[in-house]
Amino acid sequence: MEQLLIENNLASVGWFRPELALTFGSIALFVLDLVWRRSPLRRQLLAASAVAVLVLAGAFLAQQPVESMPIFNGLLASDGFATFFKWLFLAAGLLTVVIVAQGDDFPSPRVGEFYALLTAVVLGMFIMASATNLLTIYLGIELVSMTSYVLAGLRRRDRKATEAALKYVIFGSVASGVMLFGMSYLYGLLGTADVLAFGPKLAELSAAGGAGAAATKLALVVAVVFVSSGVGYKIASVPWHMWCPDVYEGAPTSFTAFLSVGPKAAGFAVALRFFYGALAGPAGADGLSQSLAGIPWPAVIGVLSAVTMTLGNLTALGQTNLKRLLAYSSIAHAGYMLMGLAAVSALGTQGVMIYMLVYLVMNLGAFLVVIVVAQATGSESILDYRGLSRRHPLAAVTFAIFLFSLTGLPPFAGFTGKWYLFYAVIERASAPNGFWYGALALVAALNTAVSLYYYARIIKAMFIDAPYVEGGVEPKVGYQLMLGAFSAAILVFGIWWTPIVDWSQRSLAMLRG
Amino acid sequence: MFGPNNVLAWATFLPLAGAVLIVLLAGLRFSLGLPKRTLDQAARGIALVASGLSLVAAVYAWSFYDPHAPGLLVAGKETGVQLVQRAVWIKVFNVEWFVGVDGLSISMVLLSGLISFVGTIASMPWWSGAKDREMAGMIEDDGHGDDPHHPKHFSVRMVPGYMVMLLILQTGMMGTFVSLDMFLFYVFWEVMLLPMYFLIGIWGGPRKEYAAIKFFLYTLAGSVLMLVAIIGIYYNSAGATLIDGTATQHTFSLLELAAQGHAGQFAQAGPILGFEFTKIVFVGLFIGFAIKIPMFPFHTWLPDAHVEAPTPISVILAGVLLKMGIYGILRFNYGILPEATRWAANAIALFGVINIVYAAFVCLAQKDIKKMIAYSSVSHMGFSLLGMAAMTPTAISGAVLNLFTHGIISPMLFLIVGVIYDRAHHREIERFGGLAQALPEYTAMMGLAFFASLGLPGLCGFISEFMVFSGSFPVYMTYVIISATSVIITAAYYLWAIHRMFLGKLNEAYRGYPDLNWRERMMLYPLGAIAIFLGFYPQAILGTINSTLHALVENVRL
Repeated sequence: MEQLLIENNLASVGWFRPELALTFGSIALFVLDLVWRRSPLRRQLLAASAVAVLVLAGAFLAQQPVESMPIFNGLLASDGFATFFKWLFLAAGLLTVVIVAQGDDFPSPRVGEFYALLTAVVLGMFIMASATNLLTIYLGIELVSMTSYVLAGLRRRDRKATEAALKYVIFGSVASGVMLFGMSYLYGLLGTADVLAFGPKLAELSAAGGAGAAATKLALVVAVVFVSSGVGYKIASVPWHMWCPDVYEGAPTSFTAFLSVGPKAAGFAVALRFFYGALAGPAGADGLSQSLAGIPWPAVIGVLSAVTMTLGNLTALGQTNLKRLLAYSSIAHAGYMLMGLAAVSALGTQGVMIYMLVYLVMNLGAFLVVIVVAQATGSESILDYRGLSRRHPLAAVTFAIFLFSLTGLPPFAGFTGKWYLFYAVIERASAPNGFWYGALALVAALNTAVSLYYYARIIKAMFIDAPYVEGGVEPKVGYQLMLGAFSAAILVFGIWWTPIVDWSQRSLAMLRG
Repeated sequence: MFGPNNVLAWATFLPLAGAVLIVLLAGLRFSLGLPKRTLDQAARGIALVASGLSLVAAVYAWSFYDPHAPGLLVAGKETGVQLVQRAVWIKVFNVEWFVGVDGLSISMVLLSGLISFVGTIASMPWWSGAKDREMAGMIEDDGHGDDPHHPKHFSVRMVPGYMVMLLILQTGMMGTFVSLDMFLFYVFWEVMLLPMYFLIGIWGGPRKEYAAIKFFLYTLAGSVLMLVAIIGIYYNSAGATLIDGTATQHTFSLLELAAQGHAGQFAQAGPILGFEFTKIVFVGLFIGFAIKIPMFPFHTWLPDAHVEAPTPISVILAGVLLKMGIYGILRFNYGILPEATRWAANAIALFGVINIVYAAFVCLAQKDIKKMIAYSSVSHMGFSLLGMAAMTPTAISGAVLNLFTHGIISPMLFLIVGVIYDRAHHREIERFGGLAQALPEYTAMMGLAFFASLGLPGLCGFISEFMVFSGSFPVYMTYVIISATSVIITAAYYLWAIHRMFLGKLNEAYRGYPDLNWRERMMLYPLGAIAIFLGFYPQAILGTINSTLHALVENVRL
């Protein structure tokens, strides 16, 4: 028995090479940071090494076998679903490194630490994407959280950043404490931490009945709600969203950009695997409600989704700081993506995956413009975007493309993502008991119209208003190229989305219980 | 270059090609340092050529179209759809590039090409006299920069950007009318939104920001409802085959969907929110289109948008965009959901009557001539609603003919308002007086347009109104009698406006104003000629649309 465990562990290392590359890469970056302490090319060398580490992880990821397979005795899963998200994380990490390398968000003495810790965050997200055990889920979430706290507060002299980091820590530790408590209940009730084994255990539990049935049911509900809090915190869904605007505003913008896409994607990967992959079973939404104490969980998630997007959009209406505005918009987008989770179906999962991919490009792009403008004017206020179309047409036009894409208008890629989410919801609407999905689709449709208002406010400032401050905006050539590439991607995937849909379709394979 | 298989693609994408060319030129300007004026002139030239060629393509399409040909066969039935071009676009979702026209859309294609070109001409700062140009603010470098006390004419502000937006708008309009794939339709429909927002928001009047965002929000709210309905229809449709022979589970093809809808496919779909599927989808689509028409009570964006928009944009808005609402209802609601259409017909007619009468009364109260004309558009679109709800062959032909005639007359009206605004820089009816003495040629064109709009026999507005009334009378007698009163109110507000603006003693401030210039003649005379021609020979349009519409009505009425 012991022998088997060890053999499995040894064999699993072959499927764990991307993560190993990230682990050792992160350590190596710390060392190199010291080695190149006095080198004049320090910034460039460190950036190049960080890129090299991520590319190496990517090279290993590309060699990953396609079949679904439990590794490390079922602690992690290696499957197409995890691989898809891992590519997203690598892309987010790589683009963040490229953005930071050209910017001045992090002073030279601290930039090595930043890269090393960023690599560690990516590692944590890798673990989250493939975790199939309560322990590994917790491990992944904590690795991401801990390093994120440090990264948010890396600029120690910046009061806002320190405040953001502190808020992040307090909210984060409460959320993860609650989650851990919920996990302990689950383990106690079911006798296993293996998420994929929950299905049969839950069936046993509900079949047992008897005097304690009501108490068991209550404990189960509490446990699932508590576990959700950790995930909800990562994706910034209501009611675990409060940290989001403050942290987004306070953290260095290039890190905020990463924060708005990376951990959110990782949170969705965990949520999808937990609710759709493990608990729902082959019966989908009905399976999910039956397996968990007969509570209509899909409807609960649906309500959460509706509330999240509505609150995010309504609050964003009054924002004047671009980073706060984008923070609320990212809450709203979490709400849209929760629609895919609420559908508890393959289509819904695919919708979330596609949306996440598109969202990565358009949100990073939007934050990149914020960085560019902040470098020129030192401000993130919407007032300083006035007349941007005359001060720097490229930045204004690409920002308009990202914002329209975030609204979900064709022919931009945001529409592709929204289309799939809507489709997943409407597919369920015509099923029996699915009438509330129709209401969810309606709420989401109205939210799209609401969101247009605040995105259009920025566009109005850029194109219609006269400049508030004179003086041009001259972004670095690298940033200009990135802006061009991002908006080209948005346009191409808006008109020709077969490749991303095919890819997500292939990546739907998920290790099931 | 133009053949029956590609003429619609040409008509759709030539303007877009022009837009891309202008963007490339603007990029060249930044890298090579061309003078601004060269770029402005090049942008104007490209826009004229691109939208002119698009009009030529539309005319070719009109000439290729044969109203008596059987057209494409769908589910064993002749649809009359011709000039078809199909290719698979997004295979994973069964979306096709599928364009073609029947009698309904070919008339709209022609109208859209014509009005787009007129709109492009109206965007040119052509005026021979330097003094006149200065009066209109059409001097590019007037030495005042962006000084708000010396407002520049929209046609000399940020010219390349304006032309790019105008051309993208034209592609969106043409694409909407030729798409026979529901997804493709939606994409083109939304593509129209963005340029419209910028055109009103950047080049508009004093309250442009408010008007632009109001237009944008109203239309988007409608189109997201439409989006949900479209997905619902797609999901509940039966399979078909793509052009490359792949069998599919669901379909976006509007023709397939119409055949399925007629066979009762959507009546089987499960209820949504406790309502019948067909009804709720009908309402979703209908609201989306009704906002565009605009139908009472969704009409409030229109006066704002019209008043603030620059003249060519008002022209296009009134001439083409409003027609898309009615077109969409006929294509989607009537085509795909005949049962729900019968259920809703009475309500549509009632809303039509409200549009006609209420908007006519509102016109009476207007002080701003452009606002009056905007509300008269609301009133006139009501005729189409009433006519299509009656569903007799005469009434529905009248309803669609009304789209075309209103598409000729209302651009004329807005051009006429633009002419006086370029000279006087205000539009208040009360402040004019006796203009007939100062501007005789202008007054003649105005008289033609006003009388055409109020339905004088011999001009085109009369024919469509008469057909709607006579066709609807057997079905909705009360409604017709109520709306017929609007004829008097319409005559009242037009004649009263003529009386206050053009007759009486000349307001000395306006003496010596230049009469029509050649740019204005180039637009007004052809439109006026068409208005007179159609007044005597409506068969030119009716001959094309009748067979399609009668077949449609047969389908809906069973």
